[in-house]
Amino acid sequence: MTSIRKPLIDKHLRRNDLGLTVRDYEGVMSTLCAGCGHDSVTAAITRAFFELSIEPHRAAKISGIGCSSKTTAYFVGQSHGINAVHGRMPSVATGAAAANGDLYYIGVSGDGDSLSIGLGQFCHAIRRNVNMLYIIENNGVYGLTKGQFSASADIGTKPKKGAANEQTPIDPVKLALTLGASFVARSFSGDKKQLVPLIQAGLKHKGFALIDVISPCVTFNDHVGSTKSYAHTYEYFHPVIHADYVASKETITAEYENGAAMDVELHDGSVVRLRKTEEDYDPRDRGAAFDYITRHDGKGEIVTGLLHLDEDRPDMRDMNKLPKAPLNRLPFEGLCPGAGALADLQKDYA
Amino acid sequence: MNPTNTTDPDYFHKVVDCQWACPAHTPVPEYIRLIAQGKYTEAYMVNRHSNVFPGILGRVCDRPCEPACRRTRVEDEPVAICRLKRVAADHRDEDISALLPKKPAKTNGKKIALVGAGPASLTVANDLAPLGYECTIFEALERPGGLMISNIPSFRLPATVLDEEIGYITDLGVEIKYNHPIASMKALLDEDYDAVFVGSGAPKGKDLQLPGRDEAAANIHIGIDWLESVAFEHTDKIGKQVLIIGVGNTAMDCCRSSLRLGADTVKVMARKPRAFFKASPWELEDAEEENVEIVVNHSPKSFVVENGKLTGMVFEKMEYELDESGAITSQKSAGDVTIPCDDVILAIGQENAFPWIERDIGLEFDKWDVPSVDKDTFQSNRDGVFFGGDAAFGPLNIIWAVEHGHQAAISIHKYCEGTDVTDRLAAGLNLVTAKIGVNEWQFSNDYDPSDRRQMEHVELTERFRKLDTEVELGFAPEQIATEVQRCLNCDVHTVFEAPLCIECDACIDICPVDCLTITVNGDEDDLRTRLTTDADNLEQALYVSDPLKETARVMVKDEDVCVHCGLCAERCPTAAWDMQYGVIHIPLVEDEVTAAQVAKGVAAE
Ligand SMILES: Cc1cc2nc3c(=O)[nH]c(=O)nc-3n(C[C@H](O)[C@H](O)[C@H](O)COP(=O)(O)OP(=O)(O)OC[C@H]3O[C@@H](n4cnc5c(N)ncnc54)[C@H](O)[C@@H]3O)c2cc1C
Ligand SMILES: Cc1ncc(C[n+]2csc(CCOP(=O)(O)OP(=O)(O)O)c2C)c(N)n1
Ligand code: SF4
Ligand code: SF4
Ligand code: SF4
Ligand SMILES: [Mg+2]
Repeated sequence: MTSIRKPLIDKHLRRNDLGLTVRDYEGVMSTLCAGCGHDSVTAAITRAFFELSIEPHRAAKISGIGCSSKTTAYFVGQSHGINAVHGRMPSVATGAAAANGDLYYIGVSGDGDSLSIGLGQFCHAIRRNVNMLYIIENNGVYGLTKGQFSASADIGTKPKKGAANEQTPIDPVKLALTLGASFVARSFSGDKKQLVPLIQAGLKHKGFALIDVISPCVTFNDHVGSTKSYAHTYEYFHPVIHADYVASKETITAEYENGAAMDVELHDGSVVRLRKTEEDYDPRDRGAAFDYITRHDGKGEIVTGLLHLDEDRPDMRDMNKLPKAPLNRLPFEGLCPGAGALADLQKDYA
Repeated sequence: MNPTNTTDPDYFHKVVDCQWACPAHTPVPEYIRLIAQGKYTEAYMVNRHSNVFPGILGRVCDRPCEPACRRTRVEDEPVAICRLKRVAADHRDEDISALLPKKPAKTNGKKIALVGAGPASLTVANDLAPLGYECTIFEALERPGGLMISNIPSFRLPATVLDEEIGYITDLGVEIKYNHPIASMKALLDEDYDAVFVGSGAPKGKDLQLPGRDEAAANIHIGIDWLESVAFEHTDKIGKQVLIIGVGNTAMDCCRSSLRLGADTVKVMARKPRAFFKASPWELEDAEEENVEIVVNHSPKSFVVENGKLTGMVFEKMEYELDESGAITSQKSAGDVTIPCDDVILAIGQENAFPWIERDIGLEFDKWDVPSVDKDTFQSNRDGVFFGGDAAFGPLNIIWAVEHGHQAAISIHKYCEGTDVTDRLAAGLNLVTAKIGVNEWQFSNDYDPSDRRQMEHVELTERFRKLDTEVELGFAPEQIATEVQRCLNCDVHTVFEAPLCIECDACIDICPVDCLTITVNGDEDDLRTRLTTDADNLEQALYVSDPLKETARVMVKDEDVCVHCGLCAERCPTAAWDMQYGVIHIPLVEDEVTAAQVAKGVAAE
């Protein structure tokens, strides 16, 4: 953390459609270690909300426990938020999304929070296709509790002190692919060119959008021998699909060359433009994506980009035929039909 | 781009916009920090070392540093650098004799003649006398200071301040011969001096030959002559309606002096629109505060004389067309107007004049009758004759006169020693970390968003009672405390060690002004298209690192936009960024002496 807050100097700052600057999308001052990848992810989220011109009060931030989970305090201050119990962010988000479909839900979690204590919750939120952006700030350790290996630690990765890890890692990307997730991406805190548009697309995607962000723990897992360090990630970083977010179809120009780009229209009419940086990769084919990632895992490569996108799956609210309006705006009679209606319903099961 | 060479002293010097813009390179942020610590005497001495007249300049300096000030990139107004200089002078210890250079026990036997007791000659004497040179200044007038005493009105610059700071120089054993105009350069050169310095200024005010000029001569005054006769109390009144022709700084002093000598209405007549005025904005403001009317687009045509007396002036009203850049593309007349007046003061410029220098003594003059003077050494084409101040290149200002004096002193010393005047010490740079602990700095790095403090003035009714009532009151303690915090400490530099960088992006995220970018290298034009934000001032450099370890990209810092908050250094996990004080060493003649002694010592060993 720094000794002073980042001062507000706005003479040269650009304003978005709402007349706000990027600084209006910040939160309180970060208390994380200097150089923590999580702070860079925070900066990327801040930038994405700003670029999308989302009114801050239309954002809801949910998190669990961990250095990563602390970061919801550091962006979009003028919004809603819950800092839940360790690993329980997905169920809180599920409940909130069920009650009010009008907000942009962003969950921030860690590899410890989501892949150990919260693994079950994480899987079921995917199955339900909760309409939210779910970011895992993945550093391979429990940073907040001083650097124990998490479930995402690779085989052979070395801790600062002690023995290398021998257990197989859980890869949230592959897990999400097998569970039918409709938006699956991986990125790196050190690459905002890739990360910011992914966050924009993930916020606009209808359904569960997972971004697994390699976000090095500079204090406990950034040494030689660690597979989640800055140096290791730079070396093995392997982008296959670049996603650009385009706010509306009209503004799309033909600046991309030779058919390598593919447009996917999102539910609100905005577009995600996918550009292949790897010839034989098809982000629409879930099975092929899984195979590709597995093959490259073998070479130690970190496959990144918008790895799978399926805009056609219904989200939780569609599946459960929930009303469009938030529950707090429905008339009481509609929400609670009374004892008579209950009795009638029970007759069906008699 | 090639990696930036930060060992070149000019590189970081240029980042300190104010110091770079100051002709004498006064270390501004350094003295502002001393003021912030309550060390007024030290702040005064830091100033005196560079600019010799802190009390004087703290009031009337032309302050080229202020428009350059980095603060104007993040908000509208620069730091009140000049006012803070006066703060140091106002609050320093009364007796600073122990800190001042001393009159040497014995002289070195070398005699220097200096013509004119303006700031240029006084600076030469200030620098040479402590080294043992016998300096004699010949001054035509009865008091020292040049235009500072004869033209700058005492309501802007009190005589006590002048006397005190000039006194520090005469205390060094410098002799001033008053009422002693030099009438012949030839005769002076025939005398027994080892070198001659000409600091006689640009003493000739321009006249305006229009119909009626001669008939109305009694009520038409040349600005600088008139101000001088006011200063020496030969003139103590003026008519009720006064017109000032011209809108430079001399015009501002003439109009304000007129008000104090009994004028009721004073109009400053300008030929062009406001954007073309030569006067400093603050001088215009001060005049307008005193209800001087500034009339634009009036071109003088003739003087109206009735019964042998001036009664008015005819002006042609002008209409101008401007292009987008503001330049005049065409002008046309919109008819004549007559404006009544009792007196006219001409303030349309000054020129050099050397009627006392014979043209057959081997001193070269150019086609404008200005002597040929070297821009670095201030030497004329005649050995042993040096020029400085307004006499060298025409009218400038006090701080330039001081800088010329410093440089001429070096040349005179080298000339007297028989060494090469062009072989001069280069500027030096000493970088020292400002870090004193984890995220703890020797300077206050937080950004203070306060607006510039406004100088309080003596009440309008009060200030006209006496000619020499100083209008500006100086800063009050609360104003000092706030104004010092507005300084961005531009002399505490961001210094980058590429091998330490792990490319985590932390510095880029925290920078409040988007100063930093990690990107693929390219030439400057190309790089500038890829920076996080655009610069206002393309004169400021891009600081480009060596290739970074992980990706071979480079760290690029735009020196124009940085506010020196140190957050990059606080956020950097590897201390690849550090904040370091850069002490820029600008050599004076005393340094030349020390360097020569060191060189001699080394040679003897
Ligand atoms: C009205 C007015 C207002 C100004 N206001 C400011 C201001 O606010 N701030 C600022 O920075 N600058 C100001 N200036 C400019 C500034 O005063 C000059 O640039 C500066 O004084 C030049 O210094 P100098 O040493 O070269 O010469 P000067 O100050 O002109 O001194 C020359 C001296 O030489 C003497 N002299 C001339 N010829 C001879 C001779 N033959 N023999 C002996 N003595 C001789 C003169 O009497 C005079 O005393 C102002 C100028 C004017 C006219
Ligand atoms: C129920 C419960 N069990 C254990 C803990 C201790 N704990 C706090 S944070 C944390 C792990 C955080 O790891 P991760 O989610 O990866 O976050 P990071 O700090 O690495 O960003 C644990 C185990 C807790 N707070 N609550
Ligand atoms: S301990 Fe690790 S994860 Fe936590 S703030 Fe520090 S660097 Fe980031
Ligand atoms: S000191 Fe560093 S963080 Fe502060 S403005 Fe300059 S580059 Fe940016
Ligand atoms: S914070 Fe330090 S290590 Fe990180 S990118 Fe900046 S200079 Fe490099
Ligand atoms: Mg973790």
